[in-house]
Amino acid sequence: MSTTANALGAGPKMIVRRPILVLAGLLSTVSAMVMGSMLAIWLDFRSNAPLRESTDGTKMLRDWLPENIKIPEVATNTMMMTFVITCVMAQWAIYSSRRNDSKHTSLALGVVLLTEIALINAQLAVYTQMGIGVRDGSYMTMFYAVTATMLAMIVVCTGFTLLALFRSIGGRSGDKDLVIAHAVYCYAISAIFSMLWLVVYVQK
Amino acid sequence: MTAVEVGSSATSSGVQSATKSNFLATVAAYLMTNDHRRLGRMLISISAIFALATAVEGALLAAERISTSSALLGSDIIVQLFSAFRFDLIYAVTAPLMLGLAVAVVPMQIGARSLAFARAALLGFYLWFFGVVLVGTAYLNNGGPGGGDAEMVDLYFGGLGLVVAGLLLISASVATTVLTSRRAGMTLIEAPIFSWSALVTSISMLVTLPVAVGALIFVAVDHSYERSTFGASDGVNAWLGWAFGAPQVFLVAIPTLGVLAQIVATMTKGKQPLRGGLLIGVGLMSTAMLASVTQTSHTVTFSGGLGEIAKSLVPYLLFNDLSILGVLIVLGLCLLAMKNERAKLDAAFVPAFLGVGMVLTGMIGSAVQKITNLNLANTVFEEGVLVYVTYGVLLSSIGAVSYFGPRIWGRQMPSTPVIGLGLLGFLATVLASLPFFIAGFADQPAATVTDFKYSGPAWLWNSLVTVGHLLMTLVVLLFIGLAMKSFRKGELNTATSADLFESVKG
Repeated sequence: MSTTANALGAGPKMIVRRPILVLAGLLSTVSAMVMGSMLAIWLDFRSNAPLRESTDGTKMLRDWLPENIKIPEVATNTMMMTFVITCVMAQWAIYSSRRNDSKHTSLALGVVLLTEIALINAQLAVYTQMGIGVRDGSYMTMFYAVTATMLAMIVVCTGFTLLALFRSIGGRSGDKDLVIAHAVYCYAISAIFSMLWLVVYVQK
Repeated sequence: MTAVEVGSSATSSGVQSATKSNFLATVAAYLMTNDHRRLGRMLISISAIFALATAVEGALLAAERISTSSALLGSDIIVQLFSAFRFDLIYAVTAPLMLGLAVAVVPMQIGARSLAFARAALLGFYLWFFGVVLVGTAYLNNGGPGGGDAEMVDLYFGGLGLVVAGLLLISASVATTVLTSRRAGMTLIEAPIFSWSALVTSISMLVTLPVAVGALIFVAVDHSYERSTFGASDGVNAWLGWAFGAPQVFLVAIPTLGVLAQIVATMTKGKQPLRGGLLIGVGLMSTAMLASVTQTSHTVTFSGGLGEIAKSLVPYLLFNDLSILGVLIVLGLCLLAMKNERAKLDAAFVPAFLGVGMVLTGMIGSAVQKITNLNLANTVFEEGVLVYVTYGVLLSSIGAVSYFGPRIWGRQMPSTPVIGLGLLGFLATVLASLPFFIAGFADQPAATVTDFKYSGPAWLWNSLVTVGHLLMTLVVLLFIGLAMKSFRKGELNTATSADLFESVKG
């Protein structure tokens, strides 16, 4: 009796839809909407700020950024550059992970972690150099609210990096989706920071 | 004899201990569950309890307005109560109720073993629950919007943040489940219509609620430190008011369309005609999302030249009436499906159909309110809109629980009481909202219990609204009792999957 005649047909092809990637996408959307909302309110306040004469009396300026406040542009521009490095390192982690190279995956994630710590440090340095208090006025209150929210997002990203790093060091080299999801969130955070950098630190 | 008594006592004590242990084990299993049905049950049950409290709030507010000369409650409490009523209707009752149904039903419908990121959803449940408790505590201690106790206002902001974070986590879990955990071979377009509507709602919540979070952060920081830029505690209504009314509430109501279409599709035991149209109808309702995110109220004024009218009419139609078109498409297709000769009326259809009808009435009311010539802004008309939609969602939930309940709890609900409660709920909804539509045209101001006078019988409209809210309290109470009895001792579920879930390929 032939056994092949009774063999079951192949079942439907399994579809792997990568839930962690979808979750990272949703988390990125939520983060972007939070910051988008805050920057929209920021722009609204800035465009509605009263007009005042410039010190030389030649033109009218929006009375938005107090004259005594100097934004440390070196630190903020360095933050922007650091985000670029973070993205490159996150992509390196994906590249290594796809080749089952756990050493380089861990190394790349370690560098991402370092850059994130550097970002947190840079943001704290910006606060110190500016030397303003959160109660000092509208601009200051809003500045702290918007930048502290960004800082919180960076901290969440750092937690994500730590998770990916621990799993990579622990030998879960097949966990490619987590590394990719981590990179997706890093890219999203970088894009969000670039919006903030342009509106708050460049255009002021 | 003594030995028997000791033995009996020991046995009884042993049974008691075992019962106590079983009870504690059940409680612990619920508290730490990652089973989607248990989590869904918790969300639905606690939302139903909050619905009771909310209907009582509505009754108190309406009763306070029967006579403008006498006051039952203090003026501080009234301010807080108006705000609490709006918060509770959306964030303590309807949003978690609809998400709870989605959590319980969606994985079963799409053939998933479990909810994606079930522990995150459980965390979301806890955040939402404790957030509502904190917000309630703040309201009770004069800490809501416009509240006088600064510490309690801070507590309110914290609680509101937790509520939103919780709902976001649950929404993310539901959306990820529909997008990634469908059984092999099921494409997204083939997903059951309720799952589809749950996906649309979840994504809408994930897009709109973070906008509220952004504003909340500013208002909370301002309240904690500066108290001038965003108006301290009064700033909540100015910056976050949009999140406590239409069109945000329409997003929460989207699954009511899914519930109705799902019931009709299985009642006819066949393929839903023009299923693509149904999906478009559900999707169209999410255009309310645009209005929520942009926080823009597009009004129309029928005066001046044709060009001027057209200029305001186009955005008005897009933002206010496209959603209505979506509901009409779904209702029309459901009625079309009912023409099928094999159609057999299901008890759940009655509350589900009436619920969608109430949601539609609320949406039409919201669109009418935006016609500036009618001068309905800042009148109780707005409250009527909110109550129509949220009580419509409650009615639809009654239909959904009696329809999906056998699959969630394993036992069936009797048909006649469900139909009776559906009709009673319909009456309660109409009484609680229609008089405010009329009073709105008579210029009864919103959020005020004193100092208003108009030519109509104000006492009558406010008395009817009080009766409506009390009737809804009774309906919810009776339904909770009926559900508890049915799901404990009712007939065992004999329905098959085909009876409960539409067959897409019919």
